[in-house]
Amino acid sequence: MFEQVSTSENGELVINVGPQHPATHGVLHLLITLNGETVTKLEPNLGYIHRSIEKMCESLSYRQFIYTTSRMDYLSSHINNHACALTVESALQIEIPERAEYIRVIMSELTRMASHQLWWGAMAMDLGALSPFFYAFRERESINDIMEETCGARLTMNYFVPGGVMYDLHPNFVAKVKEFIVFFKSKIDEYDELLTGNIIFQNRMKNIGIISKEDAISYGCTGPTARGSGVSCDIRKIYPYSIYQKLDFDEVIEHGCDSFSRYQVRMKEMRQSLKIIEQLIDNIPKGEFQAKTKAVLKLPKGEFYTRVETARGELGVYIVSEGGTSPYRIKFRSPGFSNLSALEHMVKGHKIGDLVAIMGTLDLVIPDIDR
Amino acid sequence: MGTEELIQSIQSMFPDASINMGNNFPELVIEKDSLLSVLNQLKSEPTLAFDYLFCETCVDWKSHLTMVYHLDSTRFRHNLVIKTNLDAQAPEIESACHLYRTAELHEREIFDLFGVKFLNHPHLRRILLTDDWKGHPLRKDYDDPINMIKL
Amino acid sequence: MDVKITPPSEPFPGTVHPTDGGGVLVSSLDEVINWARSNSLWPLVFGTSCCAIEMMSTAAAKYDFSRFGFEVARATPRQADVIIIAGTIVNKMAPVLKRLFDQMPDPKYVIAMGACATSGGPFFYNTYSVVKGADHIIPVDVYVAGCPPRPEALLHALITLQEKIKSGLTRDQIRGEMKAHGN
Ligand code: SF4
Repeated sequence: MFEQVSTSENGELVINVGPQHPATHGVLHLLITLNGETVTKLEPNLGYIHRSIEKMCESLSYRQFIYTTSRMDYLSSHINNHACALTVESALQIEIPERAEYIRVIMSELTRMASHQLWWGAMAMDLGALSPFFYAFRERESINDIMEETCGARLTMNYFVPGGVMYDLHPNFVAKVKEFIVFFKSKIDEYDELLTGNIIFQNRMKNIGIISKEDAISYGCTGPTARGSGVSCDIRKIYPYSIYQKLDFDEVIEHGCDSFSRYQVRMKEMRQSLKIIEQLIDNIPKGEFQAKTKAVLKLPKGEFYTRVETARGELGVYIVSEGGTSPYRIKFRSPGFSNLSALEHMVKGHKIGDLVAIMGTLDLVIPDIDR
Repeated sequence: MGTEELIQSIQSMFPDASINMGNNFPELVIEKDSLLSVLNQLKSEPTLAFDYLFCETCVDWKSHLTMVYHLDSTRFRHNLVIKTNLDAQAPEIESACHLYRTAELHEREIFDLFGVKFLNHPHLRRILLTDDWKGHPLRKDYDDPINMIKL
Repeated sequence: MDVKITPPSEPFPGTVHPTDGGGVLVSSLDEVINWARSNSLWPLVFGTSCCAIEMMSTAAAKYDFSRFGFEVARATPRQADVIIIAGTIVNKMAPVLKRLFDQMPDPKYVIAMGACATSGGPFFYNTYSVVKGADHIIPVDVYVAGCPPRPEALLHALITLQEKIKSGLTRDQIRGEMKAHGN
């Protein structure tokens, strides 16, 4: 821990939380002003993991720059890769094979579940319950094993490339995913039994960290953070990409506006992801897994923007091309950055002990915020 | 409202601004002084209701900078891009953070990486880099011979 | 029934001299201290980016580094023995890392996990803010390759560190030994 305490004239206490603090899930630095135990002001200080990815991408080719994005929001690395691949494909009008689309969606949904599992474990740990962490990682490891067989990596995949996916599926893939679906269904119920109904947990979540619908929109919140406040913002539904418009799933929206609603959205989203995978896993079409593309990709002059739904919210990739082999300017609109800006609004007036719980429900990934 | 209609109604609202269809979204190019009034009208006009600023960024074109605002309407689900050019030497523009709260952090980031000065911003400071950092790294003329190893 | 007790792979240091009514253990205090130290290394919770997730996996159900005595992860450097640098270190973070290291009590050890902590890794070229290797800031004992390294690799690094401690050699002595072996 790295905390400094100082008092201002009117008796308010200013404390530093972070940049090295177990509850900030990385290297976020928060400057908190306290009146007694109540938070009156909170200011995030970012940049402790600002790796200058945007500048770097300006000298990488359109095939290379994708790897940097798996390291941005490493918990939804497939979905980040998807956004980049989609931008390049839409600019070059590459038709990608049906099989690749199916593989991409299955992989994305597996990632979403893995990410929510980790969030569930880590958030419970923030609240002081250690065992959910071990439960969550047990299931996460089985997803990791599935990923590893096909993509060759457990975390930073770089599996989606412009034109499709990098390799074909591993022969065991379908069987393993089916096994996982059966396995995980019972486990979600177990998650609910362990935590959701717990009265201490509910008391710490309900009516805490409230953000209204209008504020959520104004702060640019997306993903489960905004959907917990009743904003319909699932990019998979409102601006469908890939094959999402053909699939039958619900956009989970809760209207409680508090921490518990955000918690519920993520729990229900895991079930929706399972539903999506169930629809696809039995009928992955045969055929090519990658379209034929030129070895060196050159984007036409112009600007291209893609929006996808990661586990945390809306990821935007904005590429300005001058016609060369690498982007002239690239901007990643990361979900965490905007979600973080709403943190002060949610925490103000609450006790400092609730800060950690509220931050847990935002599911921040700091390298995604800093880029 | 379809995209064609949207373009027409925006054009009729701002006759001297130019609007055309980009690759993904319609793009409206305005003068930098009219930014706040344009944003205000787009947000408050009930048939448009652009209430969600989902991306705000800047592009360095060497001769000038371009501010890019991506707007969305959570009610009608239509999008619009607003662009405005700034002077490269002393870039200055009104802050949008009183209309869209999300702009606050985005503008601090743009100030940090591009050096654009936002007027009436509550606390315009560096956000990603340390306070004593020299220069604005996403500018095209930025060079850092110590830290940057060129390939 | 005969129960066969297999001795642990790393027995207590020293030799037992049999005497009437038991035995006498002869050992040196240094060896015992090193043995004790190496088997209860408390890591500092320090993760900056992607590698931290693999560090968490190593701590969690499947890989479980408590089998080797690492489970007491501490949030404050004053109670930690080893710092696992899991992730990229950028210029803004560097002074913080140095300060954390200075706050740790001696003896302290450092593991650089992943390509980023070793050398800057994927962020080596064309970045203006990444430190090209954590060893520019603090001395590193064990380096782990990978982006991210597998949990097994991290376990191996931890065991390597234990061996290093058990051998009781200083940095210069290790260097001398390596020269003697022609490395
Ligand atoms: S080595 Fe790779 S996985 Fe580890 S922090 Fe660096 S980029 Fe992330």
